[in-house]
Amino acid sequence: MSPDIQKLEIVARRLRRQIIRMVAAAGSGHCGGSLSAIDLLTYLYFCELRVRPEEPQWPDRDRFLLSKGHCAPALYAVLAERGFFPEQKLWTLRGINSSLQGHPDMRKTPGLDMTTGSLGQGFSCGVGMALAAKMDHKPYRVYVMLGDSELQTGLLWEAAMMARQHGLDNLIAIIDNNKLQSDGVTETIVDVEPIAEKWRAFGWETRRINGHDFRQIQAALAESRSANQRPKVIIADTVKGKGVSFMEGVVTWHSGAPNAEQVQAALKELGGDV
Amino acid sequence: MTEAVPNRVIYGRTLVELGQGNPRIVVLDADVPKSTNTSQFREAFPDRFFNCGVAEQNMICIAAGFAASGKIAFASTFAVFASMRACEQVRTSVAYPRLNVKIVATNAGLDNAGDGVTHQGIEDLAIMRSIPNLTVLSPSDPVTTRKAVLAIAQREGPAYMRLGRNPSPVLYEENVEFEIGKMIPLRNGDDLAIIATGNMVHQALIAADSLAGQGIQARVLDCHTIKPVDKAAILDAARTTRGIITAEDHNVVGGLGGAVCEVLSELCPARVKRVGLKDCFATSARDYRELLAHFQMDAAAIQAAAYELCGSKSAHIPSRSSARRSTP
Repeated sequence: MSPDIQKLEIVARRLRRQIIRMVAAAGSGHCGGSLSAIDLLTYLYFCELRVRPEEPQWPDRDRFLLSKGHCAPALYAVLAERGFFPEQKLWTLRGINSSLQGHPDMRKTPGLDMTTGSLGQGFSCGVGMALAAKMDHKPYRVYVMLGDSELQTGLLWEAAMMARQHGLDNLIAIIDNNKLQSDGVTETIVDVEPIAEKWRAFGWETRRINGHDFRQIQAALAESRSANQRPKVIIADTVKGKGVSFMEGVVTWHSGAPNAEQVQAALKELGGDV
Repeated sequence: MTEAVPNRVIYGRTLVELGQGNPRIVVLDADVPKSTNTSQFREAFPDRFFNCGVAEQNMICIAAGFAASGKIAFASTFAVFASMRACEQVRTSVAYPRLNVKIVATNAGLDNAGDGVTHQGIEDLAIMRSIPNLTVLSPSDPVTTRKAVLAIAQREGPAYMRLGRNPSPVLYEENVEFEIGKMIPLRNGDDLAIIATGNMVHQALIAADSLAGQGIQARVLDCHTIKPVDKAAILDAARTTRGIITAEDHNVVGGLGGAVCEVLSELCPARVKRVGLKDCFATSARDYRELLAHFQMDAAAIQAAAYELCGSKSAHIPSRSSARRSTP
């Protein structure tokens, strides 16, 4: 079944507006990486993942782990849109005892499969989940989203080797390759390229796409389902801050809340009600 | 009757016992299964055993992934690696989400004498005790080690347990009652109380025997649970004796001694002497007992601390009499 691209674009644009509003309401958060990841997340939750919003703990659901947990606003926006919890919750982000913590907390938010945010750990936990699925002969897949600078952490490669060792073809890593990190341009800090060659050398089936192109996202995910004893990675080239002109490719929008004026400008660009 | 064997051997044996009754048990190791004795489980249940290689951080997160998938995951390596190399993984991926991961670390304290400082875990109790949601255990003998492993398996949620390397004498009858968070009284006495954990419980009993010969009656309490620590037993010891000695094969900073002093300083100030490694790194040694004596962590050191508390000047060397006890 081919996805309705136009509809996905409308949803993603609406979720971008939600991200801006949420981070502004919280007074802090990570806009840049949330905006680079939101097209991938939109596709995953509306076209790919077998999940049941009315039964978040459905045992046979596909698992999703946001290893780059600082982009929680994007994940929360898509979970609310998918019906895991009411939209009103979004405006409690980062509040005391909010079900929406600054980084994903599996014990507080319906629809979260793992507590993540300390970079590298979510991916490693995902390897454990994929191993558990194999052990139990369960059909579900485990999807993990990584940031490009997350490839700088050693734990990630420990986990990558383990996944290959055990032939985890039920594990799909998606790298939101927005090429910026907290302190600047990834390439100038500790370069993670050549990314594809690294993963191939680690025995992973590797694909590279434009992470803002729904057709390419669809194709890459569809091709990543083969039961061939190899874990899969999709390197999705993205633009940090995508969709808001003054945030695109600007390092300082890694974190920080937009002020009222910036919110107005961003929402206007994103076609929303101001 | 359980024979005198290393507690780690009992751990491996108990894992097999658990695995037979419960298909949810999985076991992970970081390339030291023959040493931690998870190899016993591997032989019995190869499909439920995973050697993660020299990758302790990854092992802990994989265990978390298993636990989040409904398994009871035991993860083992040496105490120094479990508590420090993988510390943040334990904190954030296991303790914070309250996942059903049981970290059982061997070679705790100076028990791995020969390998020296790099492989001696002297900070693990302090580190693990400071992590919320984590139950921290340090059993003393083969009988209570088995009971401790069964107890953490049965109890939902994360736990850390440390075990030594050398054979441990049997201190208990099989029917001893073991409850997480409740000290076991091994000997009665109202002159002073020795609160000991792990291997030092045996040393405490030797010291108490010698002290009794000199008319000093020392209570000996086996503090097998470092967290949640048994406040009632600590307060009772403070109120009914002249002072407390803590004894641990661990740095005197932050472990059992720290836990006891925290309780007392807030609720019932009392005199405390902490016996343990005095905030220094140890050294290699050919023999564990030699190392304990060298760093003043053995029965003689406990006895010396007792004299300080009781005001005696005697320098009597404690005898190495049998320490076997049944619980009162």
